[in-house]
Amino acid sequence: MSIISSFRESSRAKPIIDRIHQRDTGPVSIMEFCGGHTVAIFRSGIRTVMPVHVQMISGPGCPVCVTSNGDLDRAVALAKTPGVILATYGDMLKVPGSEESLMQVKAQGYAVEIVYSTLDALALAEAHPDREIVFFAIGFETTSPAAAAAVLQARDRGLQNFSICSVMKLTIPGARALLSMGEVKVDAVIGPGHVSSIIGSDAWRFLPEEYGIPVAISGFETLDLLAATDALLRMIEAKQPDLVNTYSRIVKPGGNRKAWGAVQQVFELRAASWRGFGEIPESGLALREEFAAYDADRRFDIRVAPAPEHPACRCGEVLRGVALPPDCKVFGTACTPEHPLGPCMVSSEGSCAAYYHYQRQQR
Amino acid sequence: MCLAVPAKVLELRDNQMALVDLNGTQREISLMVLDGEAAVGDFVLIHVGYAIEVIDEEEAERTLKMFEELGTLDEEDAGELSAIL
Repeated sequence: MSIISSFRESSRAKPIIDRIHQRDTGPVSIMEFCGGHTVAIFRSGIRTVMPVHVQMISGPGCPVCVTSNGDLDRAVALAKTPGVILATYGDMLKVPGSEESLMQVKAQGYAVEIVYSTLDALALAEAHPDREIVFFAIGFETTSPAAAAAVLQARDRGLQNFSICSVMKLTIPGARALLSMGEVKVDAVIGPGHVSSIIGSDAWRFLPEEYGIPVAISGFETLDLLAATDALLRMIEAKQPDLVNTYSRIVKPGGNRKAWGAVQQVFELRAASWRGFGEIPESGLALREEFAAYDADRRFDIRVAPAPEHPACRCGEVLRGVALPPDCKVFGTACTPEHPLGPCMVSSEGSCAAYYHYQRQQR
Repeated sequence: MCLAVPAKVLELRDNQMALVDLNGTQREISLMVLDGEAAVGDFVLIHVGYAIEVIDEEEAERTLKMFEELGTLDEEDAGELSAIL
């Protein structure tokens, strides 16, 4: 599709980079809240062409990374429950809980299945009527409609052996929590493109309106990110914080009302535990009472002990933007993608993994 | 995690499903949470097996043109342009 490749042409990038260098802003920190952006910014080399006074930092935008050890331990306990097949996205498998990862559990012979989609999890339920299929659902707003759709389909098809263990979270309460803590200086925000496709660009208006922070919703191609960065610097330069949507080919002001409507039909808000943040009120999605039959938390009595994080791992601080991966003394030594101590090194979208793979070549 | 990829709709099927071409691979995906209609030939954005948006090609062209003009116009015009991006 030529329209996609056009957003990758380096000849189109040069003029935008030149303009970025002409912006007179003083030192600025630009934060993204999306693991996809973390990776795209590293992979494209954007950090290396930024003026020295423009710093790009990552916030809590990787759903795998913000999953707490307690929630991981719950998934492990579910996988070990007799009769259960635990289905989840591949991203989760290698993440260490307080004692073991789902991969290690699978290696012990328990039924842990990687699925690409909740459609595959429903197919598992139909193929194994004598087993309980529990879908361990992680993700932000982008991923939640697929979980909602699965519950609605399970109900329509009369599936009795399908349930969801939801640790899904919402980005906006996460962003608000980070900004309210005031630990890190955030002058501008690159808004998550695919999250915004679901909830709409208007959902981010609180940033300029309440915090005076400009936000640019961006896609994932190099040109998208450069244009978003330029738009942010322009707003800082003009001292006019506002919302700009550079991903209008996908993101509408009101989002995808059908997808978000399905999420609201099936789920309600509850407090959720975030790695690095602790409990954030109304930041998680739980099944509504009406769908209790599909709620693994209600179907299975799973209790796990409070779960400490690895003492040397600084994932929590990395997720809050107050530490960079190389600030952690185990980064690249005791903690590598092959032997990760924390999720930020496991997930391909984690800041530590991105630094490990790209930064060493770039600086 | 929020990775979503463009795919071309090849065939509309029963139960709100569609066959799409995803970078040369054919896959069946769901249109259940797509707001609006997708037609054969449309490009849709796929996330974990569900189409979440139809890609607005006209909007894409317009955005590209604006990105291009951003770099070449003088300060004032570019300010106006990027304000409506």
